[in-house]
Amino acid sequence: MSEKRPFQQDENPAGIHLPLEPLPGHSSRGRLERVLRRGEFAVTTELNPPDSADPEDVYNRAKVFDGWVDAINAVDASGANCHMSSVGICALLTRMGYAPVMQIACRDKNRIAIQGDVLGGAAMGVANVLCLTGDGVQAGDQPGAKPVFDLDSTSLLETIRIMRDNGKFLSGRKLTTPPQLFLGAAINPFAPPYDFRPIHLGKKIAAGAQFVQSQYCFDVPMLKTFMQKARDLGHTEKVFVLVGVGPLASAKTAKWIRSNVPGIHIPDAVITRLEGAQDQKKEGKQLCIDIINEVKEIPGVSGIHVMAYRQEEYVAEIVDESGVLKGRRPWKREARADDATVAARLDHLLKDDVTETQVDMVKSAH
Amino acid sequence: MSETQQISTTAKGPASAAAEAIPPAATGGVTQATVVKKTAPKSDYKPADVSPQRRVQRSYSIRLWSIRHSRMLEWFYARFADLFLMLHPLWKGIGYGRVEGPVKFVEKRVKGIMFDCRMCGQCVLSSTGMSCPMNCPKQLRNGPCGGVRANGNCEVEPDMPCVWVKAWEGSRNMVKGDAILAVQKPVDQSLRETSAWLRVTANAAAAREATKAGASA
Repeated sequence: MSEKRPFQQDENPAGIHLPLEPLPGHSSRGRLERVLRRGEFAVTTELNPPDSADPEDVYNRAKVFDGWVDAINAVDASGANCHMSSVGICALLTRMGYAPVMQIACRDKNRIAIQGDVLGGAAMGVANVLCLTGDGVQAGDQPGAKPVFDLDSTSLLETIRIMRDNGKFLSGRKLTTPPQLFLGAAINPFAPPYDFRPIHLGKKIAAGAQFVQSQYCFDVPMLKTFMQKARDLGHTEKVFVLVGVGPLASAKTAKWIRSNVPGIHIPDAVITRLEGAQDQKKEGKQLCIDIINEVKEIPGVSGIHVMAYRQEEYVAEIVDESGVLKGRRPWKREARADDATVAARLDHLLKDDVTETQVDMVKSAH
Repeated sequence: MSETQQISTTAKGPASAAAEAIPPAATGGVTQATVVKKTAPKSDYKPADVSPQRRVQRSYSIRLWSIRHSRMLEWFYARFADLFLMLHPLWKGIGYGRVEGPVKFVEKRVKGIMFDCRMCGQCVLSSTGMSCPMNCPKQLRNGPCGGVRANGNCEVEPDMPCVWVKAWEGSRNMVKGDAILAVQKPVDQSLRETSAWLRVTANAAAAREATKAGASA
């Protein structure tokens, strides 16, 4: 009948919005875990959440990443600024077949709400969850909000792991169907106490982390030291490390981020390099690509997490030019089979200037 | 969901057109937070600190002293716990419920001075290098957040040393400092303003009796 959709790896043949076949050794039925467990270099990115109630805004923002990333992080009010919720974004993205990483920040919800959201997210097809502490409310647009911090990132990881593996709420009450999730955590090797950071990663692994995404990396030697320690402790065999990278728009932005955004470490050399460039934006992108090329060679690094806030259109270029995918094409949202048939038919009718009568159609059918 | 909506999403143009539709929020190196703060009504009274945790206890020099002397305090605490456990028959005789008042009174004041205790009722000082994690504006009990400043100060309170940077330093001095590696359960908020000393003693006594019963059985 209709043309078949081009075959894509990691897709449920019964529908793109459906979870994948469970595989042995996999805790989730999502695409990201499959890519990582196959040993491929994974690429994830972050969707800038819209301040609107229009689903199109989410779809359009996800479309720029099509075919370039393995998963899209749905941020949970990052920087304590109010946006569309991560649960809402995940609901929309899973409908369209994307693989979202649902971020959960402990700042806004207590354990009752969080456990409910985990079940709701998993029911909608969310396969990946990233457990975060969250920025303090003072950093955001609503500094008068009540900071919750009922759980912290590590106890949140443990809570969700218990829900998944033991099929129980934190209270011990049983779940009829436990969520199947791939659990993630955040790391920041670029903030003190530096020698505690690799050990802290071990704590997160013990609590249930299966992959980690790092803060922006602008200081590769510092990351190398961290990874060396993490390897010595045997962490890299238990967890997939995705290093956070991103383009800096200009030297001015870099300086501003350095002094205003806590937890992002930008060395002077980076700022000097940007200042010396003719086109700072282009240089920022090139710098990001250079960092990716260095980072991907570090043993124990399983992928990158590209954060290009308000420069999302550069993600594809960065991933392409850095060549980290090595020719691999991540899942891409293709038009449905019947969509393609309708489009071809319309094209034929409108452009080819044909007049089709029923008599002719019967003749040609024979 | 309605099918029409889904079709419209696939038929829409490229995403780059919509990327510009970001609301005219703060631009050019200003965060939304700064804009909010700037537009807030002016007042002569501007509180010095950001978080309520800090406002309760402004000075933290004694807290830092305790962390520097974590090894000594660890030793003292172990003896003290033994003493309390020895007195278990006494507590039980009087009734834990009756001694709670006076013990809590002392505990709150002593730990308040030494550690800026917040009376969470589930003391983990021995696992956190004698640095009370409840003084963290995010009340993290399992390690620092990613926002620690390069000088080791707190993200929320720029002039306060990070509780967890100090905890790590304190734990390195302690004999059983590796207790910092244990994953802590979430705080049971229903135990706030109760005596951790009595709880630990009662639990230790129960555990001792269980092993005794196990050995004799």
